[in-house]
Amino acid sequence: MGWLEKNNRLLSSMIVLIVCVILWEIACHILQVRPFILPAPSAILIEMIEDPNYFIKHAGYTLMTTLAGFALAVVLGVLMAVGIVHSVFLDRTLYTLLVALNSVPKVALAPLFVIWMGTGSEPKIAIALMIAIFSIVIDTVLGLRSVDKDMIDMARSARATTMQVLFKIRFPCALASMFAGMKVGISFALIGAIVGEFVAGETGLGHVILLSQGMFDTARAFVAIVILGIMGTILFYTVEAVERILLPWHTSQRVNTQ
Amino acid sequence: MTQPRSYVHVRNLDKVYRSKQADIEALKSIHLDIQEHEFISVLGPSGCGKSTLLKCLAGLEPITSGEVILNGAPVKSPPDNMGIVFQRDILLDWRNILNNVLFITEIRGAKRTDYEDKARTLLKRFGLEGFEHKHPWELSGGMRQRVSICRALLDNPELLLLDEPFGALDAMTRDDLNLELARLWQETKKTVLFITHSIAEAVFLSTKVVVMSSNPGKIDEILDIELPHPRALNVRETPEFGEYVQHLRGHFTTLGVLQEG
Repeated sequence: MGWLEKNNRLLSSMIVLIVCVILWEIACHILQVRPFILPAPSAILIEMIEDPNYFIKHAGYTLMTTLAGFALAVVLGVLMAVGIVHSVFLDRTLYTLLVALNSVPKVALAPLFVIWMGTGSEPKIAIALMIAIFSIVIDTVLGLRSVDKDMIDMARSARATTMQVLFKIRFPCALASMFAGMKVGISFALIGAIVGEFVAGETGLGHVILLSQGMFDTARAFVAIVILGIMGTILFYTVEAVERILLPWHTSQRVNTQ
Repeated sequence: MTQPRSYVHVRNLDKVYRSKQADIEALKSIHLDIQEHEFISVLGPSGCGKSTLLKCLAGLEPITSGEVILNGAPVKSPPDNMGIVFQRDILLDWRNILNNVLFITEIRGAKRTDYEDKARTLLKRFGLEGFEHKHPWELSGGMRQRVSICRALLDNPELLLLDEPFGALDAMTRDDLNLELARLWQETKKTVLFITHSIAEAVFLSTKVVVMSSNPGKIDEILDIELPHPRALNVRETPEFGEYVQHLRGHFTTLGVLQEG
């Protein structure tokens, strides 16, 4: 298997996945597992093919909610981080508060959002935002702070303004750290969207799972879960791809410096 | 106090770093005059405050007491007619070499087109033609430090401050850059303040060597180097050069910074 590790991460993980699915299929038939306990992969596939539009509609809704929550989390999170880095007051109040809030199980707050915002998309976006924002704020603050002091002195020697230092030095330096936060954040936003759909509403993959549970339609729940898995993976790698494009100096080329 | 006539005029400069545990006297009663077109090296052991002195002159560190006057005006913030080269090259990895050289003028709000040709000429002079669109990580340590010298020189500063710029380079690259710097000074006659802990480097480059000692950081001696300019590397083998080096080394041996055998 040595050549696989060298060759292609995607290919090798696909092979492992396919082997697992085959074993699962065989086990279901041999052990005569009842479909509502654990449906065979073939049954899940059939379920998906029978009504693809149904799943596309709900997956699209979940995706939009996730992306909206994530986008808001990035914008608000970065703004908050900039404030925290530049203001001792915000650092002492907002940052401390955020860290404290982060230790609250945020899922527990989800029902409150339904009370406040109703059963439309708003509470779901808000929950996705709330869960995703912490890692983005914390990693962005870390990135903006861990800038080489000499680099700032170099800019100050030309009497750079705070804004110039922020945009020309701090942000580019912080990008790697910001992306680390965003990679965690995108997965959290998806969790938030599903939690929101669990709590209220009539659309989205979370709702599909809940509905299937009520009807013991386990195969349908599995379809939703499979789609969620694929969606989460694609979202994560999309963020990583954007990182590669924006930070060419930080990835492969960076290995042999200094 | 009489009207200062020198280009850089430092009187009674004290710099104290205050912390909760203790106050640290980084610089104590520093008097220093630098005339225009002089090449001054500041030589001293690590922690003697030589970098702090440079930062005070550059307006990057506030002084505790005393006065620092540059060209007749007290230094409160970094002056326009100054260029700095730091110990490490601190090039910005996300900019190509040309844009790194243009960074200082860009911050100062100058039009890019006014400086782009000049930046290219400077890079060429420092043997970096063809590297304009490379990125810092593609260059060797010596080349990177050359780029940072170009960056400091682009706006044609009257005063050039160098904070141990060659400390991290290998001996050959160091010799090479010493020659380059000597030639640059010979041609442009900029006023240079050069921080180093290499005795030979200080003697080779300077018109004057300022010797510092630590705890608190103070100036022990200012030595005129009366070797003719321009100097070639083999000036280092002459007896006069040897005498200067020996004198300076003796100074550090007495201080206990250098120990023989």
